[in-house]
Amino acid sequence: MRRIRVAAVGAVTLSLVLTAAACGGGSTGGSGSNEQPRTLTYWASNQGASIEVDKKVLQPELDKFEKQTGIKVKLEVVPWADLLNRILTATTSGQGPDILNIGNTWSASLQSTGALLPWDAKNLEAIGGKDRFVESALGSTGAPGQDPAAVPLYSMAYALYYNKKMFKDAGITKPPATWDELIATGKKISKDGKWGIGVEGSNLSNNIHQVFVLGKQHGADFFTADGKADFTSDGAVAAVKQYVDLMAAQKITGPGNAEYAQNQSLSDFAKNKTGMVLWQTASATFKAQGMKDDEWGVAPAPVPSGQPGAGRQTNSMVAGINLAVFKNTKNIDGALKFVKFMTSDDEQKTLNKAYGSIPPVKTAQQDPAFSDPALAVLRDTLATSAAALPQVPEESQFETVVGTAVKELFADAAAGRAVTTESVRAKLEKAQQQMPKK
Amino acid sequence: MTETVLTPPSERAARKAAPGEARAPRRSGRRRIALPYLLLLPALLLELLVHLVPMLMGITMSFRELTQFYIRNWSEAPWSGLDNFTVAIDFDAPVGQALFKSFLTTCLFTVLSVGLCWLLGTAAAVFLQENFRGRGFLRTLFLVPYALPVYAAVITWAFMFQRDNGIINHVLHDQLGIGDSPAFWLIGDNSFWALLVVSVWKGWPFAFLTVMAGLQNIPRDMYEAAALDGAGVWKQIRHITLPSLRPVNQVLVLVLFLWTFNDFNTPFVLFGKAAPEAADLISLHIYQSSFQTWNFGTGSAMSVLLLLFLLVVTGVYLLLTTRGRKATDV
Amino acid sequence: MSRHVQPVPRSPMAAPRSFLWTRRIFLTLLTTFVVLPVYVMISSSLKPLEDVSGKFEWIPSAITLRPYVDIWETVPLADYFVNSIVVAGAATVFSVAVAIFAAYAVSRYSFRGKRVFTVTVLSTQMFPGILFLLPLFLIYVNLGNATGIALFGSREGLILTYLTFSLPFSIWMLTGYFDSIPRELDEAAKVDGCGPVKALFRVIIPAAKPGIVAVAIYAFMTAWGEVLFASVMTTDTTRTLAVGLQGYATLNDVYWNQVMAASLVVSVPVVVGFLLLQRYLVAGLTAGAVK
Repeated sequence: MRRIRVAAVGAVTLSLVLTAAACGGGSTGGSGSNEQPRTLTYWASNQGASIEVDKKVLQPELDKFEKQTGIKVKLEVVPWADLLNRILTATTSGQGPDILNIGNTWSASLQSTGALLPWDAKNLEAIGGKDRFVESALGSTGAPGQDPAAVPLYSMAYALYYNKKMFKDAGITKPPATWDELIATGKKISKDGKWGIGVEGSNLSNNIHQVFVLGKQHGADFFTADGKADFTSDGAVAAVKQYVDLMAAQKITGPGNAEYAQNQSLSDFAKNKTGMVLWQTASATFKAQGMKDDEWGVAPAPVPSGQPGAGRQTNSMVAGINLAVFKNTKNIDGALKFVKFMTSDDEQKTLNKAYGSIPPVKTAQQDPAFSDPALAVLRDTLATSAAALPQVPEESQFETVVGTAVKELFADAAAGRAVTTESVRAKLEKAQQQMPKK
Repeated sequence: MTETVLTPPSERAARKAAPGEARAPRRSGRRRIALPYLLLLPALLLELLVHLVPMLMGITMSFRELTQFYIRNWSEAPWSGLDNFTVAIDFDAPVGQALFKSFLTTCLFTVLSVGLCWLLGTAAAVFLQENFRGRGFLRTLFLVPYALPVYAAVITWAFMFQRDNGIINHVLHDQLGIGDSPAFWLIGDNSFWALLVVSVWKGWPFAFLTVMAGLQNIPRDMYEAAALDGAGVWKQIRHITLPSLRPVNQVLVLVLFLWTFNDFNTPFVLFGKAAPEAADLISLHIYQSSFQTWNFGTGSAMSVLLLLFLLVVTGVYLLLTTRGRKATDV
Repeated sequence: MSRHVQPVPRSPMAAPRSFLWTRRIFLTLLTTFVVLPVYVMISSSLKPLEDVSGKFEWIPSAITLRPYVDIWETVPLADYFVNSIVVAGAATVFSVAVAIFAAYAVSRYSFRGKRVFTVTVLSTQMFPGILFLLPLFLIYVNLGNATGIALFGSREGLILTYLTFSLPFSIWMLTGYFDSIPRELDEAAKVDGCGPVKALFRVIIPAAKPGIVAVAIYAFMTAWGEVLFASVMTTDTTRTLAVGLQGYATLNDVYWNQVMAASLVVSVPVVVGFLLLQRYLVAGLTAGAVK
């Protein structure tokens, strides 16, 4: 009998100790230390055709860094499917990398967890100052009025890619510049199993990017100035409806696109089944699908009328990858050095060339390699007519709930159900109610 | 045959053990008492570490306001009492409504999936009971779905269910001419059926295997006696095989039920992070409510509710099936 | 202790036509259902990328082994393979060992708290994985900080996790199996001077071989296919196949042919091993779980 009681007490004690240990939380200390000055761990996002390609691109640069500073960088390329969960668990436990890539739209969300090192004036100074970066890219590094949570690393923008052969077959001579022209063009192409424009109806992030831009064009933001969700304004409803109507009302998008989430619209494009796509840096994929560089063209994404510009003339979100330092780093000086290295002119040119993106660093952007016609369109869009997604802590919830609403509307459209202003509003209403209460 | 499995094997053993204990030489009494605990110790420690303590922590989390603002130091997250639970079961508000809908979907899905798995498994096992040419081959073949890693199997099904390029629509629409236009399987209402097909495909071989094992325990002379009485094959199956399988079924159905109800891998690989409404199973729903929206408090509360539900169902199920058995078996 | 692998024939009488035809039709349909995905897997893995991203064709227009070469380049599949084998192998060995001891205690001894133990262990089958994913991760990190043993991100942590996942079912099945071994056998061993532990190794384990193999298969497959915990608890160097396979769907493309080829390559060892050992599985289940 006594033994049993002892055993029971032992078990309970053990579990209490474990719980207490776990409750301690991993995150001690405010802003890093220099306990381990010789090494750094870096989580890179998967930018190239595969994880292996990324390693081949990055490793030589990391070796260069080691030669310069004597700091060894341990690289891990994290697949997109895992990246956010890995960051979340790292945040909860305080056990993470020293430096990491984040999707720039996550900046404000991650900033609110307090896991990332704020880029105050002193830290920015250590990497050469804020002014080295392009204005629009800096707009997507955290909530306004706070120190940025990350610095821009690669920039991208949306553009209209068109299939030259299909345009020629349909007798179209120039790419559309406005939505009306796009619909007219799309209608000319859409017949005999061919479609005007492709969408990725089941890809939540892509849906968000597209309706956000359309929202801007209707004068609507999805959040109020003080950061409250505002999904049901007339402008927002009109924006979502306009996007889904490409399939529902205009019928220039194939119904099958409603289930696309893995870039099937790009394979359709490469197979001459879809005439246009709105995309960020699609060239590498076209090549992988067996398309030659002269078989497709690029134009700025459409606007309601006139030329792309600010405000209602916005035609892209600011897409890109930011580089952040994990607050718990044990090598803060090394981390800053590494960020400085990665945002230096030379590295910016090398890396952005390898990935087909645009350097967010002004001086690197001047390199002639970034002014070939395809990249010039992206560069000009970023410079003049791209807007950052809402920089609010609830951004990731916004992507989930509104992205899902758009996905469901596409599913309705594909099934032949009517998509009306009321049905769009109802879906957005539901999405808004799922947002956390403030 | 009256021995049952799920009312723990321990009990059966306990009854047998008593005389054995008495016979064992009385060498060192204290060591003998300690021995079973020593044998259990590794299992106990592991269960504590990996299952029980984390679960207790999970339950604690369900009483906290564990949103993105607090995850970094979650022991400082404010206590929120029952707030997470009230949000989860407020069926008039969207969160509770969605959870309830997902719960109903999961119930329907589980009943259908378990039923079909059981049916296919039992039928196949019974049909393969007698020797005929190709039997060994079929038996091996039927185990392939069970042996395939979940990820590989489900991703293949996702590939097959594509609307424009998948084999399913190629056969149904292009070759058999069913429907005016190809159907969607991965979005919209049909996604429920797609999920069901995949789940049954993965799950039925386990039923097959278990029933096959159960068939081996039916004494041969029962069939012989029935045959002498002039009972044909169908009659033998109905009156001997199926009733004899009852104890097997009791366990099988329960295990399948628990695995199917908690299944996360299948819907996650098939649909990705956002399942269509029609196929929004509870495990994926909870994942979305915690990992996607970074609200681990509410997610934990939902998990706790799910756990309670499963405990109650299992308890009631065991109570009913065991009592029913006692009545009929005697 | 009759553990025949051959099933009992039902009846000496010839089966009627209705039965034979029902059987024939049913088995044909079922075989089609089972084989279809396997066929798609194999045929798609032999197609060029353009073919798999277009309309499905029963017969590949061109056959290429390219995907089987490319899979090793796109993703470090060989490394993942090693990780999976080490993790699943070790988890299996430990899980079986721990389960044998526990099942022996439950089957052969009566002691206080036995019922609580068995019920608790079985009820862990009801825990939703989501509920303890994050807590478990936190425990590993903190244990690591306190003791210096790296549990998170390491193979050891994953082994520990998986071995516990398969433990409840294994203990339960082995207990049933041990119960079916006549107690006279271990009594005889004890008379010969064996202690209880020796009796376990000399008598019970050899007699319970089918049950042990069945449990081992179950433990191995549980570890081999798990996705959720592996995706959070592994790093670049410890990633397992189940997670690694997702690497074929990248930001810009899904290489369906490579996905299929890799799925096949990943499946073949398990399927072959499983099928070779299946007779043990049936035998093990027969005595263990379903008596």
